[in-house]
Amino acid sequence: MSAGTLYDKVWDLHQVAELPGGSTQLFIGLHLIHEVTSPQAFSALKDLGLGVRHPERTVATVDHIVPTTSQARPFADPLAEEMLATLERNCAEHGISLQAIGSGRQGIVHVIAPELGLTQPGMTVACGDSHTSTHGAFGAIAFGIGTSQVRDVLASQSLSMGKLKVRRIWVEGQLQPGVYAKDLVLHIIRTLGVKGGVGYAYEFAGPAIEALSMEERMTLCNMAIEGGARCGYVNPDATTFAYLHGRPYAPAGDAWDRAVTWWTSLASGDQAMFDDEVRFDATVIAPTITWGITPGQGIGVDESVPTLEQTDPDERPLAEEAYRYMDLQPGSPIAGVAVDVCFIGSCTNGRLSDLQAAAAVAKGRHVAPGIKAFVVPGSEQVAAAAEAEGLDAVFREAGFEWREPGCSMCLAMNPDRLEGRQISASSSNRNFKGRQGSATGRTLLMSPAMVAAAAIHGKVSDVRALLQS
Amino acid sequence: MTAPSFPFGIIPQVEGRAVVLTGDDIDTDRIIPARFLKCVTFEGLGVQAFADDRAELQGRHPFDLEPHQGARILVVNRNFGCGSSREHAPQALMRWGIRAVVGESFAEIFYGNCLALGIPCFTASHDQVLALQAAIQADPAQTIRLDLDGLQASTAAGLSWPLELASGPRQMLRTGQWDATSQLLANDDALQTTAANLPYIFGF
Repeated sequence: MSAGTLYDKVWDLHQVAELPGGSTQLFIGLHLIHEVTSPQAFSALKDLGLGVRHPERTVATVDHIVPTTSQARPFADPLAEEMLATLERNCAEHGISLQAIGSGRQGIVHVIAPELGLTQPGMTVACGDSHTSTHGAFGAIAFGIGTSQVRDVLASQSLSMGKLKVRRIWVEGQLQPGVYAKDLVLHIIRTLGVKGGVGYAYEFAGPAIEALSMEERMTLCNMAIEGGARCGYVNPDATTFAYLHGRPYAPAGDAWDRAVTWWTSLASGDQAMFDDEVRFDATVIAPTITWGITPGQGIGVDESVPTLEQTDPDERPLAEEAYRYMDLQPGSPIAGVAVDVCFIGSCTNGRLSDLQAAAAVAKGRHVAPGIKAFVVPGSEQVAAAAEAEGLDAVFREAGFEWREPGCSMCLAMNPDRLEGRQISASSSNRNFKGRQGSATGRTLLMSPAMVAAAAIHGKVSDVRALLQS
Repeated sequence: MTAPSFPFGIIPQVEGRAVVLTGDDIDTDRIIPARFLKCVTFEGLGVQAFADDRAELQGRHPFDLEPHQGARILVVNRNFGCGSSREHAPQALMRWGIRAVVGESFAEIFYGNCLALGIPCFTASHDQVLALQAAIQADPAQTIRLDLDGLQASTAAGLSWPLELASGPRQMLRTGQWDATSQLLANDDALQTTAANLPYIFGF
């Protein structure tokens, strides 16, 4: 059993009570809500005659359904408009702060909470969205919940939870040029599988992790859930504190010093015990890309689609389904696979450094003929920062569309979607069948720089070649 | 199709016909595609369960086959319900008629979402799940009984398969306390004490 880890410490500090069924009532320090998974929760509160227990610990934004071309109200899609109007009404009624479109603070929930300084080390963070694991980058215990649990957090600022085991994922060495946090996490999931993390929180540690920026740590923790781990985290350190300092909701003055002392005390100590440990070597990881229909079906860009013989017998039915769905031949190289649509954005890779990495590839080059390529900043702040350094112009000149912030084509709850059998190079997080809005659409997950390289060549390409030239 | 009333109170067993859905890693985007999440109520999700998979199979999807209409038990393989946290997935299954799921393993958020709706997710070994699936496919009309006390699936003909259900969820379902809201609200004093000891609550 784990002991002395950040997970254990934060868990213990937030325990309220043991519940009759044996689960733990856990206090939630930050509750993030959005338009998709909250309306039914507010309806349930109303039916029960309950209010919101701690509206000041609840923060809302709108992201999934917003169009990324024109965000003028009312939205062209009446269902999307109804969802936003419902969120606005619920927030107004319960005194919840809504980061509205045009406020300068709107964006994808997992982008805005960190950039506003709302997400801090040692917190418990819940949100009706599985990628809430993102916030673990700060040394928070952050996890996705369903709508009934959103109702519970609204009503009581707490949840009924079972404690997870803790697996330390220790990464030695350093990522090589052209290899990013996205490649690292795809490599980890490829190795441990999409079910490997079920029942675990993942602690990411080691020299390669310590060297990651906060935005890279967010990419890493974001996809812990794709490996089955409900939460992933990185111990808070100087990088964490430097990121938080001066942000709107971060403590300031003397309180800052006290906060840093407390945050530092929460990191897993030298004596921490883990339920499991797995080691990786960052130096051998290549740009990694998925070829199949789960995030675990990934390979290096210099590899070929695995054959059945190379596939674990348990995984063969899924591999066969993936060959059929993706229309890729086992044994054929992934490099050179033609793409139709190139999408840069999402809660995984829609932050400023992601756009910088993609722009470095796109600069002075042009999107291949016939390719639809677009960039969707993760938030209004990301958009403003990118525009301030001219990234929008770089992308436009290279033939990319520059869009308004939102979840966009990650999940196709808005007008951005694949059509028919189109195949995308996507910096998002899921390549499930139908995920990007067409029941037969296909998704290749990769880093933003690799998406830019795919856009330039019109096919899957090793970004390292473009970075050298 | 009229679904029976939703789970309520003490749940000692679930009984009914079963439907088998084979395959690992069936994610919640497949259970309910994202476009159906554009709604402010869960009503109407039942007919949309597995919409794209069903369209692809043109009437041959298990949820469309005549013998499985009205089924209350879903039997799946490994890591069922992975991916998105959308409660729309178990809501869609529940509104289609499902009242219990048996599988080799479940994604955690999906499992918790089911529990919050009073839908037990039993696990069983690989071999036992395959045997149960084979028995259902051999005779889809038979009634399967899932017992939360005896922890087994059984048929009137005397066949049985051992099941597992963690003691916490099992006790919650057995005592009718799977709907956590009232329990959580009952501890508000303790909750305020916990909060008072967290330095970030008061700005350090």
